Amino acid sequence: MTKEEITKKVTEIIVKKLGVTEGEVTPAASYVEDLGADSLDQVELVMEFEDSFSLGEKIPEEEAAKLTTVGSTIEYLVSKLGK
Amino acid sequence: MKQRRVVITGLGAVTPIGNSLQEFWQGLKDGRNGVGPITLFDTKDHVTKFAAEVKGFEPTNYIDKKEARRMDRFCQFAVAASKMAIDDAKLDVKSLDANRIGCIIGSGIGGFSTFEDQFETYLQKGAQRVSPFFIPMMIIDIAAGHVAIIHGLKGPNYATVSACATGSHAIGDAFILIERGDADAMVCGGAEAGICRMGVAGFNSLKALSTRNDDPLRASRPFDKERDGFVMGEGAGVVVLEELSHALKRGATIYGEMAGIGYTDDAYHITAPAEGGEGAARAMILALKDAELKPEDIGYINAHGTSTEYNDKNESAAVKSVFGDHAYKLLVSSTKSMTGHLLGAAGGVEFIATTLAVKEGVIPPTINYEFPDENCDLNYVPNKAVERKIKAAISNTFGFGGHNTCLAVKGYEP
Repeated sequence: MTKEEITKKVTEIIVKKLGVTEGEVTPAASYVEDLGADSLDQVELVMEFEDSFSLGEKIPEEEAAKLTTVGSTIEYLVSKLGK
Repeated sequence: MKQRRVVITGLGAVTPIGNSLQEFWQGLKDGRNGVGPITLFDTKDHVTKFAAEVKGFEPTNYIDKKEARRMDRFCQFAVAASKMAIDDAKLDVKSLDANRIGCIIGSGIGGFSTFEDQFETYLQKGAQRVSPFFIPMMIIDIAAGHVAIIHGLKGPNYATVSACATGSHAIGDAFILIERGDADAMVCGGAEAGICRMGVAGFNSLKALSTRNDDPLRASRPFDKERDGFVMGEGAGVVVLEELSHALKRGATIYGEMAGIGYTDDAYHITAPAEGGEGAARAMILALKDAELKPEDIGYINAHGTSTEYNDKNESAAVKSVFGDHAYKLLVSSTKSMTGHLLGAAGGVEFIATTLAVKEGVIPPTINYEFPDENCDLNYVPNKAVERKIKAAISNTFGFGGHNTCLAVKGYEP
């Protein structure tokens, strides 16, 4: 997948799960600070990324804990799936 | 005379015959029928294919979109009805002592369809794909928790669970807390959303549901000789109870006085009522005593009246054992003939019906009443509402487990 494709899909998931607008989902946006997520939302988002991108494995907890912004999530997924 | 009197100052309802207090009450007076084919799931494999569903309910009219997604349907009904009741009471929590305003909302079953959905996820994708929202969506007490968060209610807060007596226990407990002085106002009632695959399958296996698939509109027929079981309903009924001086001080509109409660158990069988409605009779006697009312003061009984063979027969016997000759003078009706059986929410919506019957002097009917049953020979207000000024009324609810609850309401007099 290209970075653009990953970004598009990540944005769609966040909009759906957190009930925010597409415009709010910028690379710098923090899930908790900017997008109103709580700890349960973050767990659910990680599950959804694992499923939607067919990672085939769980994102390790220590990696998941670092995914605090939209940008960090995209970078992580690009490192796993990017070409 | 009671030290602390408790009055009813707000009402909110989401029901199969209307999604607001006004529509619900008008529906009851008009004899509106809330039953229809089940649309919430595919009933291909189910014996009973109809129920009384809530129609056209849009959760985001009452709840933030993101929050609504994190709530089971039962909880959405509870939060919506609570908002209606609090708005109706004009209860401005910010200007009051929030520590003394609480919430008790029960449900018979809770997040039943959430359990089904998540168990399916578990079977298909494994334990690690179960949603983090599964538990907080399913548990029964979460409705009262959400209402507290949304409205800032910091007083006593929990859920009651007693099957079909749940909503009445919530209101009764709230009454006790206010009387005792632990709270000045309580948001209380019941909510249910059990019309799902497992819910209908389970009640069908119990042989508790009507199977009149060829004529669902005539299926909920309490006290009628041809009754063949209850009709599943869903929704929520929530009220605001308030200590009298607290209500007067803020100029609240008073619907009526919450006068007394009676709680008993049959100690007989898990699902069948005791012979002659023995436990139900004791609940009615306790409620009258607590309310300091004589049997002759009661003009109306909102019956549990489920439309099952055993409930209706035994409840009628219980009424006769408590009221004697007066049993034939007072009016008895089952609003379940219109709404279906809202299970854990029944006590909530039926307390509202009882309160409005006293306040407005209009007694809602038992619809679908056609063929008298020799075991049910009271005046069930057949098919048409009647106008009658009454001093006081009681609402009966009974639940699997043998729980019997009777709530007494009287017209407010300063």
